[in-house]
Amino acid sequence: MDRRAFLRKPVAGPVAVAKPADFPAIQTIPGAASGEEETVSKFANRALPDTARPTGTLAPYTGPWGATQAAHLLRRATFGPTRPEILAAAGKSLSQVLDGLLTVPATPAPPVNGFANDTSVPMGQSWVTAPFNNDFEFWRLRSLRAWWVGQQLQSPTLTEKMTLFWHNHFVAEFDDVFESRYAYRYVALLRRSALGDIRQLAKDVTVEPMMLRYLGGNQNRVGAPNENYGRELLELFTVGKGPLIGAGNYTTYTESDVQAAAKVLTGWRDSQTDINGYYTDSRHDKTTKQFSAAFGNKTIADQGAQEYKALVDLVFEQPSTALFLVRKLYRWFVYYVIDADTEQAIIQPLAAELRQNGYNVAPVLRRLLGSQHFFDEQSVGCVIKSPLDAVLSAARQLPVSMPPATNVLAQYGVWDWLVDRATVMQQKLGDPPNVAGWPAYWQTPEFYEMWINAVTLPRRNQYTDQLIDVRGYTRYYTGGNYRLLTDIVGWVQALPTATAADPNLLVKELARLLVPVELTASQLAFLNDTLIPGLPDFEWTVEWNDYLAAPTNATKKAAVDTKLRALTRQLMGLAEYHIS
Amino acid sequence: MQRRHFIQTTAAAAVVPTLLGGLPLGAYGFSPELYALTGGATQTDRVLVLVQLNGGNDGLNTVLPLDQYSALMNARANIAIPEAAALRLSSATGLHPAMTGFKNLFDNQQLGLVQAVGYPNPNFSHFRATDIWTSASDSNVTITSGWAGRYLDGEFAGYPTGYPSTQDPDPLAISIGSVVSNCVQGPSVNMGMAIASTSSFYQLLTGSVDTAPNTPAGHEITFIRRVVQQTQVYTTAIQTAAGKAKNLSALYPAAGKNALADQLKIVAQLVAGGLQTRVYVCNLGGFDTHVSQVVAGSPTTGTHATLLGKVSEAIAAFQDDLGLLRVQDRVVGLTFSEFGRRIKSNSGNGTDHGAAAPLFVFGSSVNPRIHGTNPQLPANAAVNDQVPMQFDFRAIYASVLKDWFKVPQSTLDVLLPSAGGAFPYVPVIRPEVVTGTNPAKLNVAGFRVWPNPVREGRATAGFEARGGHVQVLVLDATGREVRRALDRTMTVGPHQLPLDLSGLAAGAYHCQVREGLRSSSLLLAVE
Repeated sequence: MDRRAFLRKPVAGPVAVAKPADFPAIQTIPGAASGEEETVSKFANRALPDTARPTGTLAPYTGPWGATQAAHLLRRATFGPTRPEILAAAGKSLSQVLDGLLTVPATPAPPVNGFANDTSVPMGQSWVTAPFNNDFEFWRLRSLRAWWVGQQLQSPTLTEKMTLFWHNHFVAEFDDVFESRYAYRYVALLRRSALGDIRQLAKDVTVEPMMLRYLGGNQNRVGAPNENYGRELLELFTVGKGPLIGAGNYTTYTESDVQAAAKVLTGWRDSQTDINGYYTDSRHDKTTKQFSAAFGNKTIADQGAQEYKALVDLVFEQPSTALFLVRKLYRWFVYYVIDADTEQAIIQPLAAELRQNGYNVAPVLRRLLGSQHFFDEQSVGCVIKSPLDAVLSAARQLPVSMPPATNVLAQYGVWDWLVDRATVMQQKLGDPPNVAGWPAYWQTPEFYEMWINAVTLPRRNQYTDQLIDVRGYTRYYTGGNYRLLTDIVGWVQALPTATAADPNLLVKELARLLVPVELTASQLAFLNDTLIPGLPDFEWTVEWNDYLAAPTNATKKAAVDTKLRALTRQLMGLAEYHIS
Repeated sequence: MQRRHFIQTTAAAAVVPTLLGGLPLGAYGFSPELYALTGGATQTDRVLVLVQLNGGNDGLNTVLPLDQYSALMNARANIAIPEAAALRLSSATGLHPAMTGFKNLFDNQQLGLVQAVGYPNPNFSHFRATDIWTSASDSNVTITSGWAGRYLDGEFAGYPTGYPSTQDPDPLAISIGSVVSNCVQGPSVNMGMAIASTSSFYQLLTGSVDTAPNTPAGHEITFIRRVVQQTQVYTTAIQTAAGKAKNLSALYPAAGKNALADQLKIVAQLVAGGLQTRVYVCNLGGFDTHVSQVVAGSPTTGTHATLLGKVSEAIAAFQDDLGLLRVQDRVVGLTFSEFGRRIKSNSGNGTDHGAAAPLFVFGSSVNPRIHGTNPQLPANAAVNDQVPMQFDFRAIYASVLKDWFKVPQSTLDVLLPSAGGAFPYVPVIRPEVVTGTNPAKLNVAGFRVWPNPVREGRATAGFEARGGHVQVLVLDATGREVRRALDRTMTVGPHQLPLDLSGLAAGAYHCQVREGLRSSSLLLAVE
């Protein structure tokens, strides 16, 4: 897909299938261009901000370690830490927490058919090896997305955040390829490689059937090269595009390198029968491929089915590849502005480290996420939550009653709703807008501000309002419905007794969970007034204790429940709620 | 008739731009003179303003039962207002001395008082009682929507999908304060637009936001705040309305001195600016006066006096403003609080959570009388004795909806469900307004006399003339005319004239102004 057409392309992607009727109508927002959704806010950066920057280096962080620091780390490394997760991390050392984050979790069982609409596979059974069925691919891809969000929801690990990172890096679009088994294979590859050897992942993804289809590698053969994958491998996946310094010369690579890379990659196709990528010698270009001075004028001779590995090894020998990858990791986990100081103090040493340890990403992540730079005060709260982060963190941090695994229809129905919520906030899991990934991580100078505009912000609020509503949110799906209820009172009851009973402590505690920065005294007073409008503080204590003394009294419970929901809604309405 | 149809059929009259020399009014910007000259924006729609007094207002120190004073003193000697200090509305009923503004409104027929409003089986939890008052439920029933929200939901079906629209461009309700009032919570969504604070209102007009610290996080917070403000779907409508009118009353206290006045200023500006918003909710907190309700030994001062003074001052200024803005006949308001307080005071010079309490209705269209009688207090009240209820608060809601918004009885039965059936009718709106036989504007706008009490025989009277023959008379307590300060045709607009009261014996007098059928009077104390 032509990423240069991004801003003209509807963000939801080229879905050929009509949206089901249960998608709620969206209110028209004045200011949004007629008939088109706003994708960039008129208030977004016109230039990169020049605020103070963190001064911390990559030296290991040795400052105070408590809930505040643990929350910062977990917000970035996972999708919305819960209070128990934050407290558990605060109770360990930073090193132990990083150990935990870098531990690769067990491979999850594959997705199953969770939609009554897909009648080709029995309910609850996996479709990942079932025959391709054009009539039901739509539902299987929905199942895959739902399952993926389910993993993100249930597995608070760095692995999930990194799996999404690789999806945004080695982009392939589900709807473009429209082959659910390929899509699953691709996601499984990203997940099992998430904390591993990037060079190996680059090799694997090169001959992954999903990628062969997505970037035309399957059409790339001797005499009729398709340069698409070769180009993106260089420009977007590895060395990156440097300044144009001559005709067809992008510093880090040239047009002739694109052609050479394409020749290396000839001969690969995908097989829907075997659900894999395979090599056909007769389609392979057996000439010796000549690379430019950017690659030290190296050559790659014919190596048949193994030749693509030599290409990947060659590009990973380039220092620019490590730099390019580390910058991308930095923008994913820390901040979008990379000034000269950051380049020198953070990017370059990290890139060197990445190369030294053979492109294993885990030690680099440990270094970055455990650094003084990461825990510098200026590094806190400067990321705008991606839609997936926004959707998942609310669902994780609020006490939402998710359906049990035994109720497959409900489970997939609810997960599907979460996918859909992120989609209407302009991030569709499985379908970045183009091969460059979501522009929030590359579009300068807007970067993260791409996520928030007059269309997406009301949808974020609408979503959290639905979760907070006392009547809950009912997800309807073919064959049933499920009501998500949020036990706000129980949530507060789980806080220390003295905190729950004191309105000011309570407001601060919930703010600490939901907001990454300190709120001002007037903001806290405003929130206090939401909880106990016009009343002295002790009246909260009285009402809360009245409830605790009679927890089965519905009237007393409703009295505090209403106020707590109002407070939670107010917190989630703050601008500060959308940052991480 | 559905509200939307009403607007539709009257729209032609309502939206024709006021022309001055062929140019729309807006082209000149706003000036009070121009506003007066052109008669202001023509508006036909009615507005209800709800003023919530958070915390539970002590009714017995607000409306003083002058015929119950021995019982009152027995129950609350440490906090009771001295009988002599009462601002008398009638021989038997007075107001807290801090409520001079209310006294003036009552004298000028812009204030009504409903005695002992409550509901059966009162609840003494702030939260639950507030929910009962805002949802209008029976005491033992939980309803999650608000009474005004249900009304609006019936009128504007499908909200918020498709709103704002050309036909309904404005917020249906506006709630000012940190909490979006539950009064305007509809069955599925809140029908109200929230304005978090008066400062956020003025930011909305200027498009500014609170700036965050100059840090990477602060940079993003400021950006998001801008989008937050942009996505208030009614921003343009509010800005437009606010741009068409400015507050005219000089009676408002300085900004920041009286939170309720600051909120009501916004309401007056938006109503005068032509916003078609039907319901406004304002609030003032601090009425939970368990301790130090009064200053020990000085019961006319202290927390409660300050609060009542603010309510009275704010609403008096609001009415004055509405009059000057010529929209007073479109607006009525009512005050409410989640409960009253106990008859017997406590030893901390305060009062604890109680039951029924008085409710005020205000506006040129209200029935300016006292509904009900003074509560009958036990001679020696026990700790748990309560003011018995005379009126169910839902009877007031029902009557306002019926008379002010023309809601038929069958709809009222649905909006205000109760095990006890339909609520009795209380004529809190003037009968002439209800029947349409006579316009509400019976008073002379902006009439006031200062200083009051009058010292050294000199005072000034202010009023707004409509271009007719105006008389300003001073009458003594027996109704005898003792001065005629003015008796001639006056030009349209505000006027001030000196009142020479020298030589009058000290005592109470009435100052009366008349212009045609309209009249207003004030009680003057001459020292």
